[in-house]
Amino acid sequence: MIDEELVQLLTPEGLRVGHPEYASSLDGEEIFSLYRDMVIVRRLCNESTSLQRQGQLALWAPIQGQEAAQIGAGRALQPMDFTFPTYREHGIAWCRGVPPEDVLRMFRAVSNGGWNPQHFRHSVPTVVLGNQALHAVGYAMGVQRDGAEEAVMTFFGDGASSQGDTLESFVWAASFNAPVVFFCQNNQWGISTPSSLQSKVPLYRRAEGFGFPGVRVDGNDVLAVYEVTKKALDNARVGGGPTMIEAYTYRMGAHTTSDDPTRYRIDAEVEVWKHRDPLERVKALLVREYQIKGAAFDQVNHEAEAMALKLRDDVLAMGRPDPITMFDHAYASEHALIEEGRREMLELGISGGAH
Amino acid sequence: MATTTMTMAKALNEGLRRAMERDKKVLLMGEDIGKLGGVFRITDGLQKDFGEDRVIDSPLAESAIVGTAVGLAIRGYRTVCEMQFDGFVYPAFDQIVSQVAKLHKRSDGAYTMGLVIRLPFQGGIGAIEHHSESPEAYFAHTAGLRVVSCSTPNDAYWMIQQAIEHDDPIIFCEPKSRYWEKGEVDLEGPSHELFESARRREGTDVTVIGYGASMKTIMRAADTAASEGVSLEVIDARSLSPLDLEPMIASIEKTGRFVTVQEAPHTASIGSELVAELTQRCFYSLRAPGIRVSGYHVPYPPTRLEEDYRPSVDRILDGVDRVMGFES
Repeated sequence: MIDEELVQLLTPEGLRVGHPEYASSLDGEEIFSLYRDMVIVRRLCNESTSLQRQGQLALWAPIQGQEAAQIGAGRALQPMDFTFPTYREHGIAWCRGVPPEDVLRMFRAVSNGGWNPQHFRHSVPTVVLGNQALHAVGYAMGVQRDGAEEAVMTFFGDGASSQGDTLESFVWAASFNAPVVFFCQNNQWGISTPSSLQSKVPLYRRAEGFGFPGVRVDGNDVLAVYEVTKKALDNARVGGGPTMIEAYTYRMGAHTTSDDPTRYRIDAEVEVWKHRDPLERVKALLVREYQIKGAAFDQVNHEAEAMALKLRDDVLAMGRPDPITMFDHAYASEHALIEEGRREMLELGISGGAH
Repeated sequence: MATTTMTMAKALNEGLRRAMERDKKVLLMGEDIGKLGGVFRITDGLQKDFGEDRVIDSPLAESAIVGTAVGLAIRGYRTVCEMQFDGFVYPAFDQIVSQVAKLHKRSDGAYTMGLVIRLPFQGGIGAIEHHSESPEAYFAHTAGLRVVSCSTPNDAYWMIQQAIEHDDPIIFCEPKSRYWEKGEVDLEGPSHELFESARRREGTDVTVIGYGASMKTIMRAADTAASEGVSLEVIDARSLSPLDLEPMIASIEKTGRFVTVQEAPHTASIGSELVAELTQRCFYSLRAPGIRVSGYHVPYPPTRLEEDYRPSVDRILDGVDRVMGFES
């Protein structure tokens, strides 16, 4: 991956490389902790795919290949920051402390959200591409008005980079110097649409045209993603304005469990990216530079396995909600049609009325 | 009763001012609303008094006006978004329908979508295309939203304040052709709750229900009808979603006949909903089917023709004649 535009601090072989603007600030323990998170979210993803294949989830959107982009970005956040995700930010949700089973509620089709977004400071997933980028900028405008030293980060992909809302959010962020970081995971594919159809210039270069810096980082290098994101967030918190980060990565799996990527992309491409695996390079670094032993890696794998078992139990325990709950929170205050619907459902015996 | 006379434009301006004085979290955002005071001058002088952080002159992108207001709502702000004209709301339609209407529900109540989208609507000002539309039914159809419309300066003054204080997202339809008409405003208290309809005239023969700019035309029609010996009871719906049906039902139980009036085409419209609900609820009181007087099912015409498109006194009276013509 020789690309002078790309910020990289760790090669696919696990060798450190220097960069004029960025240097890794993390010690061995912290790097191991990033590795642990990547192992856990990969396991979370695999378990979720299995659950979908077994008919326990309506759908799953895999993140395999994007673990470094998400854990690097997620771990660079401060607790008071706020994040606006898409439906594929399972690694970010993990970093924000959202319980894995809550992430799966939407995919099990028992909720259209899944967690309290104010509590975790991580918004509910946005499925309509690009909508959330405007929410992030609006939230950031609120942060400015409160005089708070907080940053906001929103996530989208190469596909959503073509959406009007995404581009309008760039205009707003620049015009109001909003404390927001646009984190674009360019995983090369929007279902079957190649990123080459979305943009004729590298995506990060678009930022310059809007009036703020853009950075392309090796999205499979967790050390680089962490440093690039941390710098952008720090800059936003102190009034430095927006940054766009393009995490150059690859969607190793399908778009979702309903997709068949063999129809539109070749195996050779996938093979190339297999050699750029985000976990293996960190493992190699940990072994070589920090003498981490097999037992420590075994411990992480056990932890991931335990998480997966619990996740499976939690998901299987998620029953069909009482139909009457569809009326809850449709409005913030009394509404005649909500009352009418509730009454009809109770009269017809569709619901027992338990909330 | 401390009343004062002002135009609807001024009443909205004063209502916004009072809401901003009361709550520092109230912001205004829109195109040309600050230094210019809005193309209709509804926000005139507010940026000077409340500052650029609270009265935000935005870049020109409607989806972003609404989308960033969503983010501000999540942060605890109450943003009043101005859509410059009805026909320019469609770029924001996605945010309104996909996000504004749903986020309170999707967050299990953690997010309050306390925002108001002001929409100068309906025709009657001789404008060019896209400046005279009546898109209220799109929003009334969407669960999670509420839609209201003012027709007098007094309602404008109070309803905008009530809408800003309300925790649900509200599409606030302002009849732009009535912005410059004067009326009495009672500064002490509102005459109605936000989602209540209002009886504007008592009568015995036919109930006529309308909203927005049509109200003035309906009142003129009622005067004409009275001179011909027909007594119209006039109801201003005010709340288009949800509809405040009880007063309409009580009226129809008395008159046995009703007509709805709107500028929008009648297919799948507020009038359609009124006819369906009121027929269902007043079936045994009705002496004639409800009739919808509305704009025609055509794109809004060039405005040299708009007075042949908008419900006129004659067309309303024709509707009245039609329901009076049913014998029972």
